[in-house]
Amino acid sequence: MSAFLEVKDLHVSFPTGDGVVRAVDGLSFRVDKGRTLAIVGESGSGKSVTAQAVLGLLNRNFADITGQVWLDGQDLIAMSDDQVRELRGEAMAMIFQDPMSSLHPFYRIGDQLMEAVRTHHKVSKQEARERAIDALKQVGIPAPERRVDDYPHQLSGGMRQRVMIAMALINSPQLLVADEPTTALDVTVQAQITELMLKLQAETGTTLIIITHDLGVVADMADEVTVMYAGRAVEMGSTDDIYYRPEMPYTLGLLASVPRLDSDLNERLDPIPGNPPSLINLPPGCVFNPRCTFKDEVPGNRCTTERPELLASSAGHLVRCHLDAAQRVAAREAST
Amino acid sequence: MAGYVIRRVLIMLLLLLLLSFTVFVLFSLLPADVARLTCGKICTPETIEANRIRLGLDKSVIEQYWIFLQGVVMGRTYGQGPGAIVCNAPCLGYSFTRQEPVLKLILERLPATLFLAMGAFVLFLIGGVALGVYSALRRGRWQDKTVMGISLVGYSLPSFFIGLVVVYFIIIRWQLLPFPSYVNPWVDPLQFVQTMILPWLVLAVLYAAFYTRLTRSQMLETLNDDYIRTARAKGLPERVVIRKHALRAGLTPIVTAAGLDFAGLLGGAIILETIFSLPGLGSLAVSAVLSPDLPILVGVTLVTASFVIVANLVVDLLYAVIDPRVRLA
Amino acid sequence: MIEATDRVEVLRVEDLRVYFPVKSRGIFPRTVGQIKAVDGVSLSVGQGETLGLVGESGCGKSTTGRAILRLINPTGGHVVINGTEVAGMSRRQLRPVRKQAQMIFQDPYNALNPRHTVGSIIGAPYKIQQIDPPGGARTAVREIMERVGLNPEHVNRYPNEFSGGQRQRIGIARAIALRPKLIICDEPVSALDVSIQAQIINLLQDLQQDFNVSYLFIAHDLAVVRQIAHRVAVMYLGHIVETAPRSVLYSEPMHPYTNALLSAVPIPDPRKQSERERILLGGDLPSPINPPSGCVFHTRCFIAQDRCRTEVPQMRTMAPGHEVACHFPITEPLKGGVIHGPDPGLTAPVPGEPGYWSETVTDLGGVGTSRLDSANSTDEGV
Repeated sequence: MSAFLEVKDLHVSFPTGDGVVRAVDGLSFRVDKGRTLAIVGESGSGKSVTAQAVLGLLNRNFADITGQVWLDGQDLIAMSDDQVRELRGEAMAMIFQDPMSSLHPFYRIGDQLMEAVRTHHKVSKQEARERAIDALKQVGIPAPERRVDDYPHQLSGGMRQRVMIAMALINSPQLLVADEPTTALDVTVQAQITELMLKLQAETGTTLIIITHDLGVVADMADEVTVMYAGRAVEMGSTDDIYYRPEMPYTLGLLASVPRLDSDLNERLDPIPGNPPSLINLPPGCVFNPRCTFKDEVPGNRCTTERPELLASSAGHLVRCHLDAAQRVAAREAST
Repeated sequence: MAGYVIRRVLIMLLLLLLLSFTVFVLFSLLPADVARLTCGKICTPETIEANRIRLGLDKSVIEQYWIFLQGVVMGRTYGQGPGAIVCNAPCLGYSFTRQEPVLKLILERLPATLFLAMGAFVLFLIGGVALGVYSALRRGRWQDKTVMGISLVGYSLPSFFIGLVVVYFIIIRWQLLPFPSYVNPWVDPLQFVQTMILPWLVLAVLYAAFYTRLTRSQMLETLNDDYIRTARAKGLPERVVIRKHALRAGLTPIVTAAGLDFAGLLGGAIILETIFSLPGLGSLAVSAVLSPDLPILVGVTLVTASFVIVANLVVDLLYAVIDPRVRLA
Repeated sequence: MIEATDRVEVLRVEDLRVYFPVKSRGIFPRTVGQIKAVDGVSLSVGQGETLGLVGESGCGKSTTGRAILRLINPTGGHVVINGTEVAGMSRRQLRPVRKQAQMIFQDPYNALNPRHTVGSIIGAPYKIQQIDPPGGARTAVREIMERVGLNPEHVNRYPNEFSGGQRQRIGIARAIALRPKLIICDEPVSALDVSIQAQIINLLQDLQQDFNVSYLFIAHDLAVVRQIAHRVAVMYLGHIVETAPRSVLYSEPMHPYTNALLSAVPIPDPRKQSERERILLGGDLPSPINPPSGCVFHTRCFIAQDRCRTEVPQMRTMAPGHEVACHFPITEPLKGGVIHGPDPGLTAPVPGEPGYWSETVTDLGGVGTSRLDSANSTDEGV
């Protein structure tokens, strides 16, 4: 299989009055056609900025972007804003976290869907409307021929997220980026939306990137996972690699701090100590070293002085850590 | 919707009633003797007393107000016999200094004020909103800073200052335009435009400054909203994103301010009408204060206040047009 | 686990109701309906105990918490805090009660006054209650800061100089300052990142150990509640539908809603997750302005029968401490695989039907209303 999307050495920084915010700091990843990649991280990890950089949604007047983003053989970073705009909504689409605020409150949902069609295709209003109704039907909106004339405020949160998905998929994009698609929804609605996205992906073969902090959602949906921390990928691999053979202490800490329904009832959570670093003033060496409980095991203060590389620990499993193989196994056993 | 409008109109009438009563009582509390003001120095005590009775000033304020209301609905006759003065309904009072019904005076002055307000309104709204959008899109750059700087100056300069400077340089010093002399547009369109262009521009500059700042802040706010990001994610060209999505969303406060400003202008731009000697409501009010002529003041106050009340209703109705979440019921 | 017999009740709530009037617009607004945000909620919290109150947005869980502390006035019912009936008390009478019951809010960004130093925020309860703690307020504040994991050197800093997790620690410090008997925690960790969330949960557990404080822990996240609560109450559309000790609720839930809720929470384990039994509820939460008849859950229930549409289920005790409001409680474990609730296409209400969702702004007030807030659903359901 060939990479459908390949990001190479992506850097995104925002100059501010307080200094340069390094939101994404040398990120590379690839997704094969029809697969699902989850980018996992907490706030400030750079996962959302990455998504917006791929779609060309960052304003280059305020953001410095370098690197390459290859979509189906074309480098989006090298393209003009207008060329990228023509691909957006057509070859690649995005859905966002908050369906309550992501639809324009003043326009009927039908008009918003038709606009998405007619931006990229010269079709009559009537045909665009029929496509809009079809798209609403596809995402499970009841009575779509009536709902198409509703305003967003007449729909519940779950319905609005379905509309957002319909809008993203209406031009059959090959790449769909979903930025926290279920975070703002209630848990029962979350389950509906997750299932809907899996079903649609199975039907259309769309390549999917899910940006999330929720390790449960990742377990449900992803084939591959990239864990980000402070703008860098710290571990990537198959879903099994990340959940059953994690090696980077941050991944270990993340998995140990999530409350879960299947844990021993009297087990205490094992949080990662400290707070995430400032993106203006990143710690030298490994960005995770101030919170890492294993850094003393690496000889010669390498964790605080030398930036670790993202290296393969097994086929397809990459880890950015100075710990050696035996130390990583010991760390994993200590944290579970 | 219809029920809502009917209710609002009824409330509006109630408000006007309350307002007219307040105005009436307030003016009756003034230390000036209205009867004495009806004639100049030639007044004899007899004329004054006769006018007092003719005007009904010998009655209590409540009675006077009742008679005034009757006059509005049915018309009114001042005095009796051959010297009686008939004021047809709706009678807003009678000016004895000018020997005319107040309503007739107001209607004569209305066109100048109306044309001044409409022209300036179109100019400042279009100019202000366009500059505001432009400024917002170039936030933080020199274009933005220039526009903001100029608008701050425009916002803080008093209208009499700009008015006088313009009159001095353009009319007196450089003689680019003739001395203003108002005619109605259907009489002499060229002279009308020559007279109105300066007051229009001066008003437009003064008001546009405010709308530039308001539009800019609205745009900056809506451009950060999530649905703008959605619009961009659809691949819409940036100009469509701005015009159709961002500007529409930020329109509500602009409509509110514009509606009330328009009503305010209809009340007469007192200083500018005086500077450019426009025969409008503002200059009528000024001369009524100077004479002084209380019936005219009461009339003008009532008419301008009703403009504000009507503008409020229009603004509220426009909300429902702009924002589908607003249901008027 | 505290036994029902020798347990000291710190909070008892009986038949609590909070109705919000729905007003028509205009100068003479009329009340045209009611949002029954909380409709007959009863619960109790024992000393040193944590009761988890879970439910989705709009279920009334936050309103319940606020009504208990009288941040919202309840429409009816009884609230007894540490033996004192507070329903109907005046503000002045409430003041000594406030010493015993405090609140922690979801959003540590908005709950702290940005113009006050951390020291004065944490010390404020002493001033308000006119209490002079041993060693003076300053020393007490520094001790508390240390206790909740803040550097006491930072006593003169302002809230904006702290991260989200640290701000929540400030909120906790303020709540714990007077050593209250009860703290109502309203979604205290849902705005925080996973790694910080765990720190705060552990801190709350430690403080409970040290001070024997009780928590009413309001949250939408069932996994978080499972971590901290001794007993759990599940709310749906203004009603408590099931209450049970934690170990029972999570292993043998009886109400179909609890079952659906638990099966909807993904487990961060891909293999377990793919093998799990799943219940997918159809549709969305109905609008609380026009709730369904009978059992409020019947429109989304996968085992609903005719009786559920007409008859309101009463709370029944199925086992010691395990109460369920359902005509047909689930007593046999559900089989594996995916159980679908009613198809959303069949259940989603359309305009005019009960439960139809609309956030139409019905009142603008008069002149000068500027921007409408972008409509967002809040837990108050308004």
